[in-house]
Amino acid sequence: MSDLTIRTAERIEPLTAETAEGAQELQRRAATPPSELGREVGAVLRLDGRVLDPNAIDYERRDDETMIINMGPQHPSTHGVLRIMLELDGEFVLRSKPVIGYLHTGMEKTGEELSYIQGATNVTRMDYLSPVINELNYSLAVEKLLGIEIPERATWIRMLMSELNRVASHLVWMATNGMDLGSTSMMIYGFRERELILAFFEKTAGLRMNLNYVRPGGVAADLADGWQDDVTVICDTIEARTYEYDELLTGQPIFRDRLVGVAPLTAEEALALGVTGPLLRSTGVPWDLRRTMPYLAYDQVDFDVIVGTYGDNFDRYAIRLNEIRESLRIVRQCVERMPAGDYRSQDPKVTPPPRARINESMEALIHHFKLFTEGFHVPVGEVYSAVESPRGELGCYIVADGTSKPYRMHVRAPSFVNLQVVPLLMRGGMMSDAITVISAVDPVMGEVDR
Amino acid sequence: MIDLPPSAPVGVIVAEALDAQIGCFVDPAQYVALVSAWREDGFEMCADLCAVDYLAHMDRPLPEGVTPTRFEVVVNLLSLSKRQRVRVRVQAGNEDPEVDSLFDLYPGVEAMEREAFDMFGVVFRGHPDLTRILMPEDWEGHPLRKDYAVGRVPVQFKEAPGPR
Repeated sequence: MSDLTIRTAERIEPLTAETAEGAQELQRRAATPPSELGREVGAVLRLDGRVLDPNAIDYERRDDETMIINMGPQHPSTHGVLRIMLELDGEFVLRSKPVIGYLHTGMEKTGEELSYIQGATNVTRMDYLSPVINELNYSLAVEKLLGIEIPERATWIRMLMSELNRVASHLVWMATNGMDLGSTSMMIYGFRERELILAFFEKTAGLRMNLNYVRPGGVAADLADGWQDDVTVICDTIEARTYEYDELLTGQPIFRDRLVGVAPLTAEEALALGVTGPLLRSTGVPWDLRRTMPYLAYDQVDFDVIVGTYGDNFDRYAIRLNEIRESLRIVRQCVERMPAGDYRSQDPKVTPPPRARINESMEALIHHFKLFTEGFHVPVGEVYSAVESPRGELGCYIVADGTSKPYRMHVRAPSFVNLQVVPLLMRGGMMSDAITVISAVDPVMGEVDR
Repeated sequence: MIDLPPSAPVGVIVAEALDAQIGCFVDPAQYVALVSAWREDGFEMCADLCAVDYLAHMDRPLPEGVTPTRFEVVVNLLSLSKRQRVRVRVQAGNEDPEVDSLFDLYPGVEAMEREAFDMFGVVFRGHPDLTRILMPEDWEGHPLRKDYAVGRVPVQFKEAPGPR
């Protein structure tokens, strides 16, 4: 018997050694101090001055009673290259730890090498499900540093595009969440509806994803002719189909059983862990930056902030489904009230001259050349600006040193922070609910790892 | 501009930042005390924590009384009740940057402090699990430091002459 144990150990070692992340991984029970075993709970308990009750942690278990398994990085329901290490007792999750970094490409470092004009192409690849909102956030931060005003039409175009993007992002969430719960038809429907929006993006910006459409100073191009009809068709179609989703999922007993009461979160825990977005709203905190700290023209449009009651997975589902409808409401108002005028600032320091002028004016040509080789200079300063992305507060901290490249560009990614809630939500739950927890948190790994 | 909370430690320097946000500068020794004063004052959430390497700008303009150091830790606090943001900037040191961890006040800074440690080598005293988060465990150096080269991958085009 003992021979067998030794042999397995020898076989496993070289296999894991190549992929091991050492201290980043979830450690065996024997190698973990008791205070650490209840960390997910302990972190929150410590808030109100209480100490961690040793009886609340199952620290007397031995290693041979539990099993540590890897979920991911290549697992279809982890939404990308998320790796979660789970300590299981049978079907129940005792501890868990997300191990991230598999998609880290140093985008913050790249951001320091690109000029402010090029920067939007970089940030748009972070949260690849809501590229417009990433660009918007970056552009707002740069515009704050520059101190320029953008025309009203540009503001409304930005709002229209970011709300359409929010709908597209929530549709992907509906689709993947359905897939995780075994409702594969929802997956097909979600992607089908999203295609309408992506087609409109392609018509407007030339690309379906990673648009580089919102840029410092305005947007890249005016809306295509007949855009009102396109957008109205999109709104009508998707709105009608959200009621079909209601029939397909919301009232369906199996779907409800998988979500109602699963992985509850309280408002205190959410605030302590820095959780924002639908996760925070599901706990009953009415915090939506579009309403509470308005940017663009969100203070001029009519929409509701959807808030949950129980903080469970079903609330998160209901919030996202209803946010699709609220976003469509905003989009319809944008169609009605779209002002005429310029789609980008006419400040020659920031905006390249129109194509026609380059052919006839030497100065326009020089301006164009300088803008695209050197870029515009941004005065010394630092700024933090935040917008509401489909996943929560998306922030951008830029330090400018007077040159044409940001000295430091940091993005506060909502998924990165929200991911910390996963161990807390999974603790004590079933293995099959762990899948729904990942899905409900809705991490986009491009943004988590940047 | 709002006032410092009543329990704030002495010696905090307040400067108005862009966008009507407040920036405060604080000594590393009083950093946790200041943040905890803000927290008692209604700033329920730590929205963001990051570090900046000012290697190329050691002589940057700062309010009087603040000694610039190479590394700075920047904390953005958010008050949901007052709908306000406040920014705390700490001069973390030159060679081996080190500040106290905010984990006991805001457990949500855990991942952000790990990222600042991974990318800049800023050590957060009292952090429960200060390991690398984005880079592999055996990585050398801290990539977002200004003296860390960008690096490049040579691209070999088909049938093109190789680099001489």
